[in-house]
Formats: sequence, C-alpha cells, structure tokens
Amino acid sequence: MRRMNGMLVASLIPFSVIVLLFLFVPLFFMIYGSFQGDGGTGFTFKQYAEIFQNAYYHQAFKNSILISFLSSVIAIVLAVFATYSITLFPKKIQDRILVFANLTSNFAGIPLAFAFIVLLGNSGLFTLIFRHFGWNTLSSFNVYSWSGLVLIYVYFQIPLAVMLLYPVYQGIQIQWKEAASLLGASSSQFWLRIGLPVIMPSIAGTLSILFANAMGAYASAYALTGSTYNLVTIRIGALTAGDIFAKPELGSAIATLLGLTLVVAMLINEWLSRKVRRDLS
Amino acid sequence: MKRPLYHYLTIGIVLLYLVVPLLGTFVYSFATQWHKTILPEGLTFHWYQDLFGDVQFLQSLGRSLILSFGATALSLVIMVPAIFSIVVYAPKLEKFIQSLIVMTYAMPGVIIAVGLIRAYSNSGISMVLVTIGAYFVAILPYMYQGTRNSLRNIHAVSLMEAAQILGASQITAFKKVILPNIMSGILVSSLLSFSILFGEFVLVNLLVGGSFETIQVYLYQKLNQSGHIASAIVVCYFFLICILSAIIVKVTRTKKETV
Repeated sequence: MRRMNGMLVASLIPFSVIVLLFLFVPLFFMIYGSFQGDGGTGFTFKQYAEIFQNAYYHQAFKNSILISFLSSVIAIVLAVFATYSITLFPKKIQDRILVFANLTSNFAGIPLAFAFIVLLGNSGLFTLIFRHFGWNTLSSFNVYSWSGLVLIYVYFQIPLAVMLLYPVYQGIQIQWKEAASLLGASSSQFWLRIGLPVIMPSIAGTLSILFANAMGAYASAYALTGSTYNLVTIRIGALTAGDIFAKPELGSAIATLLGLTLVVAMLINEWLSRKVRRDLS
Repeated sequence: MKRPLYHYLTIGIVLLYLVVPLLGTFVYSFATQWHKTILPEGLTFHWYQDLFGDVQFLQSLGRSLILSFGATALSLVIMVPAIFSIVVYAPKLEKFIQSLIVMTYAMPGVIIAVGLIRAYSNSGISMVLVTIGAYFVAILPYMYQGTRNSLRNIHAVSLMEAAQILGASQITAFKKVILPNIMSGILVSSLLSFSILFGEFVLVNLLVGGSFETIQVYLYQKLNQSGHIASAIVVCYFFLICILSAIIVKVTRTKKETV
C-alpha cells in the first residue's frame, strides 16, 4: 500500500473545487432550470414543449444548423486542397503558414465582424469599389444578413480546418505514393483509391468539430446584427441576459438542447478518430 | 520538387481570404475620410491619438488584462500542480481530465454563461470572480495539453524518482527539478490561454456586461459610434496577438533546439 501522497491531495483539492464550482454547478443549474416554469418554480416540461411547438425556435435551430453546416463544408473543401498544397512546400514555409493560421484563428468574434463591416458594409471598401465601376453584383449583397454571416463564419473556420487537417496529411506516407506510382497509378488515382479513403474519417471528424465550433459561436453574429438575427446562441443570450424579454428557464432549455447537439458532434468525431487508428494499425 | 500552379492558387485563395479583412481594417484605421472614394482621402494618426487619449479605453484595457492575467495566473498556481500530480502519481485520472475537456468543448461560452447566471447571479458573489472562474475552466484544454506534453518530454516520473532517491523532498523536487524543465512549455500554453481570454466576449458580456467593461465590450460599443476608432482598436488588438504569437513561436523554437 502506497502512503498517502501529500502533493496529489493538496493540488487536487483546489483544482477540483474550482472545476466543480464553475463547470458542474452551472451545468446542474442550467439543466435544473430548463425543467422549471417561468420564474423558476415547479417541475415541468413546458419549456421544452415551447421549443418544439414555437416556429420561431425551430427557425433558430434551422438557421444555426444551416450556417454551421454550410460554413464548415466550404471551409473544409478549401482547407482540404490548400492544406495539401501547403505540405508540398519547404518545411520553413509550411511553418510560417501554420503560424499565420494560428494567428488568424485568434481573430474571431467582434473584431472579425467589424473587419467584414469595413470591407462590405454600407460604405465598405469593396462596396465603394464596385459602386465606382458600376458593377451591381454587390448591390444586392448585405453584410448584415445571412450571406455576410456565412463569409464571417467561413473566415474563422478556415484556420481551424487547416490546423486540424495539417497533421492528417503528415500521416500519408511518401512511400505509399511511390509504391502506387511504381505500380502505374496516376496521382489522381492514388488520391481517389488510397489517399482519400485513408484521410476520409479524419476529414469527417474535422467537419464535426467545425460544425460544433460554428454552432456555439455567438460574438460575430451578435456584433453584426445585435439580437435580431435568429440563431440558437443569439436566442439563448437574449433570453438569459436580463433585458425585458428575459425568460431564463426557456433559455436554459435551449442551451441544454444546444449542448446535446454539441455532445453528439463530439461523439461522432471521437468515433471517427477511433476508426482511423484501427484502419492504420 | 516541381509544384503545379494550382498549389500556389489554393494557398493563395486561402491566404487572400484571411489577409484582406485584416488589411482593410488596417488601412481604414489610418484613413481620414473614406466614404465616397476608392482610396482614402488622406492618412492620419488621429484615431490612434483619440483612442489612447480616451480614459475609458485605457480602463477597459486594464480590466481585460486583469481578467485574462488573473485567470491565467490562477491556472498556473492551481492547474499546473494538479496536472503534474495526476500525470506523475495518478495517471488513471487523466481520463477524467480528458472528459472534462470534452465537456468544455460541448459547453461553449454562451451555454456555460446560462448556468453561471442561474447559479450565481443572486448569490452575492461578485460576477467578476465568477468570470475568472469560468475563464479558468475555459483554458483547461490548452493548459493541460501544454503541461502534459512538457512532462512527458522530460520523463517527469523518472526525474521525480531520481530526485527523491537523492534525498529531495517531493516539493523540492517539483520546484527545483521539474518546474525549470517544463517552464517553456508552460509559458507557451499560458500565452496561448492569455491571448484566447483577451479576445473573449461572450462570457464577459453576458455575465458582467457594462458593469465591468473589457476591451471587447468597449470595441462592441464603439462599432456603431466611430468605425475609424473601432478599426484602430482592432489593429491594436491584432498587434498584441502578433506579439504574443511571436513570443510563443520563439520559445517553442528554442525549446526544440535545446532538447
């Protein structure tokens, strides 16, 4: 029997207390609150019933899922090609591009939304240029709407996608390519028959992480449209943070459902990454 | 190695997409007037002078620093020793930390904020402290990753055994042997955590909002007032991230060279 380890106990107690207080307690209160009636009384499924009956909240979920899915797919398609191209450059350039990706991955939320307003807002740079040359393609474009939001979401998804996919390409061994080409396979045949099947689970896993990332995003949409645009996170914020429409119990129920969605996305990623390892071993 | 043109093209498209918004904001922050013409009518430092002359800006900068620095420091004091103990003495608990990390991914700012408000808004506990606590949890994944990897790289378990066989106490061995060796790794994850927290808006806006205005909240309020000042803030903010990243890259590189 090992003696009691002083350091283990002494360091774990404060750590556990903080995690308990700021992760588990709020989680409990949120789930508990989602089963309460307005004003925090009783036990009821009313809040969930409201979400399932009210078309407004259906729309919020629909919008969030659509924009998350769309932005993730666009970002991953761009990243799949660009990241592969990156791996063909000298190590030094690869490192620089990755540092840059890391840098821009920090450029999200309010600053990012603002940068797009500068480019595409009512007197944005591109808006001015297009107006100057009399091109009307942008006149129907509105950065404060769905299309503007998609551009912003794609922006913060791309660096993440590149950083997650980069190690995946490192897993493709140069020998496989050489072997394939010795046996007469063309480059496209190699990718279609060998490369893509090997990295497919990782791509799908990355997609699920990107999807979860976008589902939980709040600041960009909030900066762009305040509380008007109907996304799940925007609804949660508006229902919870004490303005006149505050209905924290309903907000808790929506947050719980959003959390469940994210858990599912994480589980899919987990399952897929296990699949990769089994295939390669 | 010969590279077909389209490899330059794919990278070019992605880089362009990432650079153009930054560049636009950068130029806009130096522009006098830019409403009608293609290029700005003139260049000026006016907006930066305004910004750094604004007490409200400096105060919000200070508050952001307090929150981000506070949470990072707290995790250095509490989280690093805890992760060390787990990795060295109770590796079975690593699974537990990993599930905590998955939980934090499944509970982004907006969700955790709902729970925190319900739990603490009427409890009399300062919501600023609650925010720091929430930040502590938010940076767990980065601190864990960095600390654990550094500990593995230096073979902390055998180092601890060696130090204790030579007569060092547990605490002395940790302080004199382990800490100096994992310092650079911890520095990197702290800087990373700090820069993430510095850009955090959701939690601080929902939990404390206007009563404890951080730089992100200040920026949000300036968005509708002055585009030029807002872009000056964005440029300063990005500049700060650049400095932090440069330090991270430098530390990581020297670490690789010495190992």
